[in-house]
Amino acid sequence: MSIRFNFGGDEHIFGEVSEEMSLASFFTGLSMTNAVRAANIKGVTEICPANASFQIRFNPDLLAPQDLLAELQSMEEAASKADPVLKTRIIELPVYFQDPWTHETCLRFRERHQDPSSTDLEYSARINGYATVEEFIAAYSGQPWFVSMVGFVAGLPFLYQMVERQKQIQAPKYLRPRTDTPKLTIGHGGCFAAIYSVRGAGGYQMYGVTPAPIYDPARKVRYLSDEMCLFKPGDIVKFKSISRDEYDATFEEIEANRWQPTVRECTFSLTDFNRDIYGTNAKLMELINGR
Amino acid sequence: MAVKVISPGLSTSVQDLGRPGHYHVGIPEGGGMDRFATRIANLLVGNDPGAALLEATFMGPELEFTQAVTVAVTGGELPPKLNGEERSTWESFPVKAGDRLSFGYLKGGARAYIAVSGGIDVPLALGSRSTYILGALGGHEGRTLKAGDELPIGQGSGRAGRSLPANLRRAQSAPSELRMLPGIYWHRITEAAGKRFFEETWKVAPEADRIGYRFRGGTPLEFIEREQPFGAGSDPSNIVDACYPYGSVQVPSGTEPIVLHRDAVSGGGYMMVGVVISADMDLIAQLQPHTPARFVPVTLEEALVARVEGNAALARAEEYLAG
Repeated sequence: MSIRFNFGGDEHIFGEVSEEMSLASFFTGLSMTNAVRAANIKGVTEICPANASFQIRFNPDLLAPQDLLAELQSMEEAASKADPVLKTRIIELPVYFQDPWTHETCLRFRERHQDPSSTDLEYSARINGYATVEEFIAAYSGQPWFVSMVGFVAGLPFLYQMVERQKQIQAPKYLRPRTDTPKLTIGHGGCFAAIYSVRGAGGYQMYGVTPAPIYDPARKVRYLSDEMCLFKPGDIVKFKSISRDEYDATFEEIEANRWQPTVRECTFSLTDFNRDIYGTNAKLMELINGR
Repeated sequence: MAVKVISPGLSTSVQDLGRPGHYHVGIPEGGGMDRFATRIANLLVGNDPGAALLEATFMGPELEFTQAVTVAVTGGELPPKLNGEERSTWESFPVKAGDRLSFGYLKGGARAYIAVSGGIDVPLALGSRSTYILGALGGHEGRTLKAGDELPIGQGSGRAGRSLPANLRRAQSAPSELRMLPGIYWHRITEAAGKRFFEETWKVAPEADRIGYRFRGGTPLEFIEREQPFGAGSDPSNIVDACYPYGSVQVPSGTEPIVLHRDAVSGGGYMMVGVVISADMDLIAQLQPHTPARFVPVTLEEALVARVEGNAALARAEEYLAG
């Protein structure tokens, strides 16, 4: 596998690890961006890992584009051979699936959907081979997800589920994007879940909402006082399906600024994961459940 | 010690030279879309070039000052009026406590930069006073201005009567030519489509804001057929979601190119055919809807030469104002 480098105008280098999504590609991209950060290259202004690619922005007045390209190419071999082990954290996020707010929005924009006669959840369950919405939700919240990219808007995570490719949930985006999506909607497009950090336009299928803010520009939410964005690329997320009563109770705790998500430090090895996916995931989830 | 907003105009926000360094969590650089005009407006009133000022879009605000300041308006041709009397753009003028600043109709360009000696003194957010509207971050309460807002002004003393001569300002061509380095996912479209993309004249669509500029009127792109990669999505214009460079030209469904600007969405799942070069980013900020525009292919070497020329033009203007 070799990275396809390309100049994005005179201020960016775009590196595509692979055209298709895989955890291996994500890890190579993350190793590359970590190496660039560690090299502390004068003139580099933004270091952005993405799902199966990455982007470096630089100031060409300080750093010649060809010099940066040569430096990135020299890092490539080490990055592709890097031991795919990540010191990271697992975060449990409560999600109220089949909530009234995304349901209302989904009905409001029905004419922009592939299947106006079912809801986003019914449609996604069916095309992914689940007999019921409940089974679909169980699969969605049963195994953890990798934050493979943060972006689009402030703090919005793209999540890739930690299961084999045949089990990946896939869904097309709306035929035409909606002009509205409730804040903190859990959505899905292609093979990625996303959490809408702010209210706004969107094209992903909508499944539920989390009561937990993930972006706070005012930094008033207690767990967002240092970093206004909750998620970083490389974080692992476990959705916990909650009821309306649990949603309301958590929402109240958040309003009072008493709540914070369960977060545990962990080490993730891609090699171990590939050897035993569900065993690796089970160990990660035990950390959350406090065993 | 403030400026009161009597009427806000169409879309007026506090901007400076932006907050690089947070694009990896989706927070764009932001700042004045026309950086040349931003810097010069500040220098005309004796500010640091990166002080916060107001960026007004298509239509000016009406402002009342509670203290004496020096004001300058640069960028698009949006004629300032002090207590109803017209003043020149690109020239600093004195304002007394109680004076009202309003604007005539836009005669050229799209965005005006209104600098006040001392700068707009809203709190810093991640090192910048720029307003990132989508993320409700920075500026005045993270949003565009509303009637009744009061903006604090910092300490400063300007000198009225300073101006930048027309030959030191940036020239606008018609139709506008946006130089672009083809690349990133350029290989996804056919040769004929690529040729047409540069030959045809496009028009700025009404959807043109700080996030990006949409263009219409050209022939939809033809894609080279392929089986879509896993995770990319089914449309031929879809890619596995990736980062979007500033100035990148994405073409959702192959129909209407969108050039991302200072408040860019940082990534997504649409292929890009290339990136508008840094030297032409300011030019986009001054395009009105319906303006004809062409994309012109350049090499990286040509892009770097254009950047050096742009830097030199800025240096000449700054030198003139320092003298």
